[in-house]
Amino acid sequence: MPSIKTLAQREEKEIRFTPGHTLCAGCAEPMVVRTVLNAIEEPVVAASPTGCLEVATSRFPGTAWNVPWIHVAFENAAAVISGVEAAYKALTKTGAVKKRIRFVVFGGDGGTYDIGLQALSGALERGHDFLYVCVNNEAYMNTGVQRSSATPACAAATTSPVGDAIPGKPQDRKDLTEIVVGHHVPYVGQAAVSHLIDLANKVERAMKFDGPKFLNVLTTCPLGWRTPRDSAIVQSKLAVETRYWPLYEVIEGKYKINYKPKQHVPVEEWLKTQGRFRHLFRDPKGKERIVEFQAAVDRHWNDLLRKEQCLSGGEADQG
Amino acid sequence: MRRVMTGHKAVAEAMRQIEPDVVAVYPITPQSEIAEYYADYVHDGIVHTELVPVESEHSAMSACVGAAAAGARVMTATSSQGLALLVEVLYIAAGMRLPIVMALANRALSAPINIHCDHSDAYLARDAGAFQIFCESAQEAYDYTLIAQRIAEHGKVRLPGIVNLDGFALTHTAQVVEPLEDEAAKKFVGPFQPVYPLLDVAKPVTWGPFAMPDYYFELKRAQQAAMEEVPAAFLEVQKAYALASGRRYAGFVEGYHLDDADRALVVLGSTAGTAKVAVDALRSKGEKVGLLKIWLYRPFPYHAVAAALAPVKHVAVLDRALSFGAMGALYSDVATALLRAQARPALHNYIYGLGGRDITVEQLEDVLAELGKVRPDEVLRYIGLRE
Repeated sequence: MPSIKTLAQREEKEIRFTPGHTLCAGCAEPMVVRTVLNAIEEPVVAASPTGCLEVATSRFPGTAWNVPWIHVAFENAAAVISGVEAAYKALTKTGAVKKRIRFVVFGGDGGTYDIGLQALSGALERGHDFLYVCVNNEAYMNTGVQRSSATPACAAATTSPVGDAIPGKPQDRKDLTEIVVGHHVPYVGQAAVSHLIDLANKVERAMKFDGPKFLNVLTTCPLGWRTPRDSAIVQSKLAVETRYWPLYEVIEGKYKINYKPKQHVPVEEWLKTQGRFRHLFRDPKGKERIVEFQAAVDRHWNDLLRKEQCLSGGEADQG
Repeated sequence: MRRVMTGHKAVAEAMRQIEPDVVAVYPITPQSEIAEYYADYVHDGIVHTELVPVESEHSAMSACVGAAAAGARVMTATSSQGLALLVEVLYIAAGMRLPIVMALANRALSAPINIHCDHSDAYLARDAGAFQIFCESAQEAYDYTLIAQRIAEHGKVRLPGIVNLDGFALTHTAQVVEPLEDEAAKKFVGPFQPVYPLLDVAKPVTWGPFAMPDYYFELKRAQQAAMEEVPAAFLEVQKAYALASGRRYAGFVEGYHLDDADRALVVLGSTAGTAKVAVDALRSKGEKVGLLKIWLYRPFPYHAVAAALAPVKHVAVLDRALSFGAMGALYSDVATALLRAQARPALHNYIYGLGGRDITVEQLEDVLAELGKVRPDEVLRYIGLRE
């Protein structure tokens, strides 16, 4: 498993994602991108849909990418990487390409949960050999914090504002990780930017498989979450500790929760640190909604525990 | 060797001989058979192509862009709504200068939904930055698929290209086609030379950056410069094709009895065949009528069209699609072409054949007979419409 030292050494040898991009101060995305790229030993070709990462790293004539990288549009990164990987297979057959090359997509939640879901599903079903990393900051941050289907319930976004009639986003978030599990791909994982070694380990485990691999990485956004610029890691850590964002993986259908918080930290502890949930603590009905939020978190966590129990690689499976 | 085959099969045969590295395609009537024939070639192991059976046309063109940027030779095919869905990415393929050749089985756009031929899909992609060729026959569909591949990959061009063939009239109709021998076809198309391939990991490149007002304009002007190279490449490749095939296509347009004509039709696609019969019939009665068929639709050959039509007195431009709120798209192009001609014909615009409505020899004879008797003005006339 790659240690911080190994990751740093790899980066020293070859900087795959360079500084000088224009992501916001305090943005967690570059940490995810660097960790993923450094966790892969072989050459990488990367793709991104339209989004914060794409806009902030590829302003012509500059680029922050020191690996081959392609952006085409918002909804099609998984289809684009399908084509790149198909070209790789064809050109390997003809002998024009000889190296082992790995393929990675870095897409935001808008480009993955929403507009890019069809292309993602198609690419997963067709079995292309690639890793899709959803850099999930839970809203359309690039266009000004509009709600996506990854945005949690109650959160204020510019298209789910806190109004007198409707306070924040009425709907719960979609469980994309489980949707990907339904594609029966070899590797599916959930990670968070606060747990970089866990992320690197997951990338390393994922890349052992041929075929589609998916990682949903919680990636905090101080601008959209309305949190201090130096709080990205703390925010992410709290999301994991409160079980709002479980770290787990599903390897060939077997569930494994990578981290089980020893203490039960109420999700309220996480909610109260973010401006997007501030209204919950001012509105008289907020208490009720926090209770509902907690119930949803508990339900998902308990579901996950049961899945781990039933669908683990352990005794139950052998029995 | 001459064989009987449909337009589908003719295009699929040309694709088999080109043997692209990647074909990404999605089914849609009346294109599906091209995808089916090609899937046969792949599943029978007679081509090395990676077939990407995508979940939509949008993903078809997206996978083509990814594969082409990776350094592969790439082809696809679509029709109608499929074209409408993928047109976003076609613009991007052109902006990225990717030589992707796409057969377009021309079909009407919804609503109402209709699977039959008109040119509303081709017109939709008019400004996308892909060059467009229209074919009269299955033979032309075969020939121009090979020709388009070489134009697309021409060093000065490197743009996507569309080969239009009328849905059903060409795609589903068996005709006599004489394909090249495999070796001759492969030699004609030649090996593919990728430019800045993504898969050259030793030289990392960034494809598809974003450009602000400080650069966007210049980049789009450079793209226009590539489009301006298409006509020269078109003639050059036509010449090379004549050597390879013995079939001589010369020029952007084909004139039929135009030299001394005082009345003429201008058409795209398979209607040219019908129009030739109409012209022959009237010529046999001593009437000076002719036809201008346009092969290269984008970039539009303004000078060739003006040169061919300027001596004619009355011209009917036939559009197989409405451009709602404006005159027909082909009419507007022809009118622009003639703007600076010293002698100008009187121009008329006829709309015909929407949603697969038949166009007959008699109807075209009637149009030619009418020319010179009706006052030219900016009014749409309709052929074969119940009103």
